[in-house]
Amino acid sequence: MTQSDSGVSAANGAPLVVLEHVDKWFGDLHVLQDINLSVARGEVVVVIGPSGSGKSTLCRTINRLETIDKGTITLDGQPLPQEGKELARLRAEVGMVFQSFNLFAHKTILENVTLGPIKVRGQKKAEAEKRGLELLDRVGIAHQSAKYPAQLSGGQQQRVAIARALAMDPKVMLFDEPTSALDPEMIKEVLDVMVDLARQGMTMVVVTHEMGFARTAADRVVFMADGAIVEEGTPEEFFTNPRSERAQDFLGKILKH
Amino acid sequence: MEPVIDNLDLYWSGFLTSLEFIVYSLVGSMLLGTLIAAFRVSPIAALRSFGSAYVTVVRNCPLTIVLFFMAFGLPELGINYSFFTFGIVGLVIYTSAFVCEALRSGINAVPAGQAEAARAIGLTFSQTMREVVLPQAFRSAVPPLGSVQIAMFKNSAVAGAFGIGGDLYSVGRTLTSARGFEYIPVLTGVAIGYLVITLSAGAALAVIERKVAIAR
Ligand SMILES: Nc1ncnc2c1ncn2[C@@H]1O[C@H](COP(=O)(O)OP(=O)(O)O)[C@@H](O)[C@H]1O
Ligand SMILES: [Mg+2]
Repeated sequence: MTQSDSGVSAANGAPLVVLEHVDKWFGDLHVLQDINLSVARGEVVVVIGPSGSGKSTLCRTINRLETIDKGTITLDGQPLPQEGKELARLRAEVGMVFQSFNLFAHKTILENVTLGPIKVRGQKKAEAEKRGLELLDRVGIAHQSAKYPAQLSGGQQQRVAIARALAMDPKVMLFDEPTSALDPEMIKEVLDVMVDLARQGMTMVVVTHEMGFARTAADRVVFMADGAIVEEGTPEEFFTNPRSERAQDFLGKILKH
Repeated sequence: MEPVIDNLDLYWSGFLTSLEFIVYSLVGSMLLGTLIAAFRVSPIAALRSFGSAYVTVVRNCPLTIVLFFMAFGLPELGINYSFFTFGIVGLVIYTSAFVCEALRSGINAVPAGQAEAARAIGLTFSQTMREVVLPQAFRSAVPPLGSVQIAMFKNSAVAGAFGIGGDLYSVGRTLTSARGFEYIPVLTGVAIGYLVITLSAGAALAVIERKVAIAR
């Protein structure tokens, strides 16, 4: 086994997620253009940018829901595997929260949270349920565990989706606009859970336009436009004093509303 | 209706044989059809091509040709089983193509986000199909699967004509040709036998549809 090699390269100071010269095309559309990004252990990176700039695609390449055409992506020192069992194992290490929740519609809330641990990690049902209930409790949904997703509000469903991802003990969590599909009164309950996670040291990549979240929880803001990273900096720097014209323009638009 | 009433025991055993034939064909065609449907949406291109070729050929071949192959073609190749077995195999092959397409429409109705979420927690392709996609696909495919299977029940009489032996069709033939009873009462009895099967299946289907609707 090459365990010792990876052990060295994945020593604590090394970044957890590294994208180097990543390019991707959708047909003629150059959706990711020479992306270089590295995320340190425990770091919270917020990705912001106009719609269609490639934020979701970037996020999805990190667990290979989208393949890339050029460049490399490594997780904890290991390049992303191509396909099959290896890839499945990698995905178990990367939690993902979608804009549209995507809870398994035919399974109860508790089953949603225990499916991965039982099928992927081979945990016993009782063990997985105990842990699942703890996680549901942590996101404030434990008393709804026997219900089906459709019986919950959007905010509740999204908190379950976070618990489902956490149940795999991921090394990093990806959030793709987790509050964009929510009614305003439910946004806070989801963001509170995310802020909590960030405080506890979870490594997170978060696509969001919630400036409040970025200012409270993010270590770094990455601004994307037209498939490229245009600017990055601390939330304070970025929101009060954006350097690029694209970012100034974009912030001007979202701040007006 | 005397020929029927006087031969109730014969009808009863024919009914049971037909039912047995149908149950095997039902289970077999559901399993094979599900496998082919999984092929058709698999990430492996060779499996996808095989799946679509299978469906194209089998679905466009008349059932009688498939059964002729079973009844006369395979024995020529030195493969010999009872026609009861051959009939089931033929009907399973034929019906599985329709099961596959009914299921595939169900699979397409499952939002893509469901499979993505499954893959994102580390389920493999087959786990994703088994745990997340197929259970939901079956739900929306219950009505078309029901029609496919009821058509299969009726097609089992075509297999009967090839000589399953001892089934409802052959009871009809025995009573009319060998014993000289009149066709109308004898065939009415056969029809009633099939109606009992198809109508109960229809009722069972309605129950399943209702159950599935609640569990959503
Ligand atoms: N599967 C796809 N096939 C073709 N084009 C796509 C696909 N997914 C996204 N795109 C295009 O890529 C661009 C970036 O999309 P996306 O990453 O979703 O942007 P964002 O999340 O920043 O709004 C958009 O122009 C979008 O239309
Ligand atoms: Mg997006």
